[in-house]
Amino acid sequence: MIKENLGIRKSDVFNRRMFIIGMVKVVILAGIVSRLFSLQINENKKYLTLSDKNRIREWKLPPTRGNIVDYFGNIIAGNLKVYQLHIIPEQVENFNYLLVRLKTLLDLSDKKIQKITELKNKLKPWDSIIVSENLTWSQFLKVNNYLYDLVGVKPVMTISRNYPFNDVYTHVLGYVSQPNQEEIIENKTVQERFVPGMKIGKLGLEKKFENHLIGTNSIQRYEVNAYGKRINQLEFQKGSQGNKIRLTLDTEVQKLSAKLLLNKAGSISVMDIYTGDIIAMYSSPSYDPNLFLFGISQDEWELIRNNPLKPLIHKTISGLYSPGSTIKPIVALSALENKIINPNFKVKCTGKTELYGQTFHCWKEKGHGFVSLKNAMKQSCDTYFYEIARLLGVDRLNITAKKFGLGEKVLGQYFDNEKQGLFPNTSWKKNNLGRGWVLGETLITGIGQGYTQTTPLQLCLMTAQIANGGYKIKPKILVNNKPLSLEQAKNSMKFDSLHSSNLKLFDDPKNIKIVQEAMFSSTNEIYGTSYKSRIDDPKYQFAGKTGTSQVKRISKRERELDLKLEQIPYKDRDHALYVAYGPYINPRYALSIIVEHGGSGSKTAAPMAKELFKLIIDRDDLRKKQSNFEDINI
Amino acid sequence: MFYYKRLNSDLSFIQKIKEIDYVLLICIILLSLISLMVMYSTDGGDILFHTKNHFMKLTVLFPLMMVIAFFNIKHWHTFAYLLYFLIILLLVWVSFFGLKASGSQRWMNLYFFVLQPSELMKIAIILTLAKYYHRVKIENVNSLGSITLVLAIILLPVILVISQPDLGTSVLIALSGLIILWIAGIKIKYFVYSFIFGIISLPFIISFLKPYQKLRILTFLDPDRDPLGAGYQIIQSKIAIGSGGFNGKGFLKGTQSYLDFLPEKHTDFIFTLFSEEFGFIGSVGLLILYTIIIIRIIRIGALSRSNFSKLFCFGFAFSIFIYIVVNLSMVLGLLPIVGSPLPIISYGGSSLLTTMIGFGIVFSAKINHRQLIAG
Repeated sequence: MIKENLGIRKSDVFNRRMFIIGMVKVVILAGIVSRLFSLQINENKKYLTLSDKNRIREWKLPPTRGNIVDYFGNIIAGNLKVYQLHIIPEQVENFNYLLVRLKTLLDLSDKKIQKITELKNKLKPWDSIIVSENLTWSQFLKVNNYLYDLVGVKPVMTISRNYPFNDVYTHVLGYVSQPNQEEIIENKTVQERFVPGMKIGKLGLEKKFENHLIGTNSIQRYEVNAYGKRINQLEFQKGSQGNKIRLTLDTEVQKLSAKLLLNKAGSISVMDIYTGDIIAMYSSPSYDPNLFLFGISQDEWELIRNNPLKPLIHKTISGLYSPGSTIKPIVALSALENKIINPNFKVKCTGKTELYGQTFHCWKEKGHGFVSLKNAMKQSCDTYFYEIARLLGVDRLNITAKKFGLGEKVLGQYFDNEKQGLFPNTSWKKNNLGRGWVLGETLITGIGQGYTQTTPLQLCLMTAQIANGGYKIKPKILVNNKPLSLEQAKNSMKFDSLHSSNLKLFDDPKNIKIVQEAMFSSTNEIYGTSYKSRIDDPKYQFAGKTGTSQVKRISKRERELDLKLEQIPYKDRDHALYVAYGPYINPRYALSIIVEHGGSGSKTAAPMAKELFKLIIDRDDLRKKQSNFEDINI
Repeated sequence: MFYYKRLNSDLSFIQKIKEIDYVLLICIILLSLISLMVMYSTDGGDILFHTKNHFMKLTVLFPLMMVIAFFNIKHWHTFAYLLYFLIILLLVWVSFFGLKASGSQRWMNLYFFVLQPSELMKIAIILTLAKYYHRVKIENVNSLGSITLVLAIILLPVILVISQPDLGTSVLIALSGLIILWIAGIKIKYFVYSFIFGIISLPFIISFLKPYQKLRILTFLDPDRDPLGAGYQIIQSKIAIGSGGFNGKGFLKGTQSYLDFLPEKHTDFIFTLFSEEFGFIGSVGLLILYTIIIIRIIRIGALSRSNFSKLFCFGFAFSIFIYIVVNLSMVLGLLPIVGSPLPIISYGGSSLLTTMIGFGIVFSAKINHRQLIAG
């Protein structure tokens, strides 16, 4: 009985203790349920988002760049389908065998093979390795033929930038290539849209209008597992192509420029004298921008970089030259405007001028005799311009030159590498060289030598502004207005000048007329420096001014020797320049031509103008009729 | 002797079948089915290795449970100490010759089955202490000698298991033992004192922890300190459970597990998968099922006339509860990560074996609840 009693007492203890535990259990269970409640119901949204973030990954594809077209809508920077070859390591049975096969099929270098092997070890097995970015069609066919033997290899079609006119537009457009780290960080849009394999503008307009051209990424949404392997595609969101850019340039003129400057260093620019549309700007020699798309080879790069004609320099806006005699129209205009001379003012040219014991030579040793303004311009008499420059003084000349755009950037906003050149005056010399101006310097400034530095485009603009009657225009390369007929263009320019007084560059329109006539005679009258290059047909007839700028001082000995061009070392030869506008009656276009070390302007540069004007004026009608104007906002 | 004979009169087979707790049985079968379903889901909606293996284990262990159920509970009383020492021997053997995996040595390879003796100790400790308190006089329960002895009984396996190292199982063994002490009537003040002592010596204990264990505690306190490393499991687990929402993502539609974001989804983290796919409703349902099981076991304990059965049932019910709480708290981010499976549902033979043996003994206690055991 005692045992049983004890037993009962014991089990009472057990039951009581169990009851306490039971209570604790209920509390703990309630705690767990409330935790479940808070996770699954209160914070459900948060965790659902996190779970989607886990499972959904986006793959951005490189955006397709917008096209750049010329004035007539021809694509000058477009996109091309290219065939790439990818390897997907996880599908490859025998990697070494595959590499050997590909090596023989595609002629891959050992370095490339090594690179692929490195990539294979670095990437996840389902990430594709790009073997070749740009297969030729025959390579593509070959690979497709042997595809049964190349397990794990995938030919892929993608889109790549393409410059159909190769080197014709290089300096204007620039090129695209893979960005480096800084370039990605620098540009927010690029940073946002960057994906490996994407190319960005490295130079020229491609760089300047990167954000306009870039386009938006296509996005693939995949469900991925914890290791990042794609399980299935959930969505494909197609990106849009970048915006189009239409240039004022004319491919035909551009091509002719390239042809004329073949194997020469120099530049050709052509401009609409009323609207400021740049019809051509070509810098020679050029190089093929397509070379940079898939990474230029060291050898090709060295070839471009070490070319003595300096293809990397955009000579049209960054090349600085002494204008030589092409400055004379401005000197003459300045003298007329400042009433230093009248058209009948005559100077006797004896072939040289003495000033403070220094001799200033005219290009014609025997001298021109008595010359008027018109004849001085026609025959490019240096003595005459020494004299009027002396009378005028450099400071007044400087004011006129500045008005016509010398010493200032022409395009400014489009190219980072544009140079502003220099047109000196007395205070400039004082401030920059610390010495006073010497009268002799005025004389040589009057014939476009000395400190004066101009870009080819500045000379073109200067000529255009003389040709249009002396109105300031704003040069541009992006189309922003509908095609204008001659009358419309002229009126629009004059209309603008009514509203802004500083757009009118002259005091007396007669003075402009005098300079124009002088330029006309230089090309179209016998003894004119570019008489040989004239066109008699009034439709194409143009007026111009030659220039021959010395790159070094001519020594007395050399002057006596009177060497032929071929006998002078290339580096020492004169630059040949020519500026012109046409047609003479109702002009529309102005141009400037510079051939580095090309000898004389009349022999080398002026004949090019003849060919150019024929083409430009023939295409004038087409240009006016061009109706596919689209409003493009940049 | 008289009572023994009379009360121990053997029941006929039919009577035994009638005495089975069918509610408990149905709950266990339901849990087994849920377990198979979840296993099927972890295999990505396919009958693969884990599903097959788990099914095979269930088909072997379920009959084992029933055999144990028909086996008189007095035999467990008789062999309790022997079992305890046998498993202690196995634990010692394992610490020398056991299989090693992921840095700990806790398994025996029996060729058809890989046994984890520490899991068996969870049951053995309850049996041993139940037998001890069945025998000891109530006056002696709080004597110094008695307390020292039972603490030694608990500490011996705990130390062996900790040294494997396996913190999770050793904590569960210790808790299972301590709860018997509690139920047996050890004075509450002792528990309070040792609790205070435990708190005070906590820094001291922490200094003894292995670096990875310290890391787990740090991770528990702030999972975001290393989201891809130590904190990864708990963060992903919370994401899975949280994203399940009220209704869940649907069977076989748990993206977290399907896409391999959940580590150890077959074993310790199986609840995350279940909760992701079946949501709050499913999770609470599962908890209710477990609660019914625990209540039924406690009820059987309360019905039992013998103190051994009573102590065993109470102890086992509490152990099941502790397993569930520790497991759920871990996956819900309420406790640091310690390896502890979810009874029946988690993949793992030893844990399932232990649980099934336990249920078998509980059924046996029910069938023989009128019987007294001499001791």
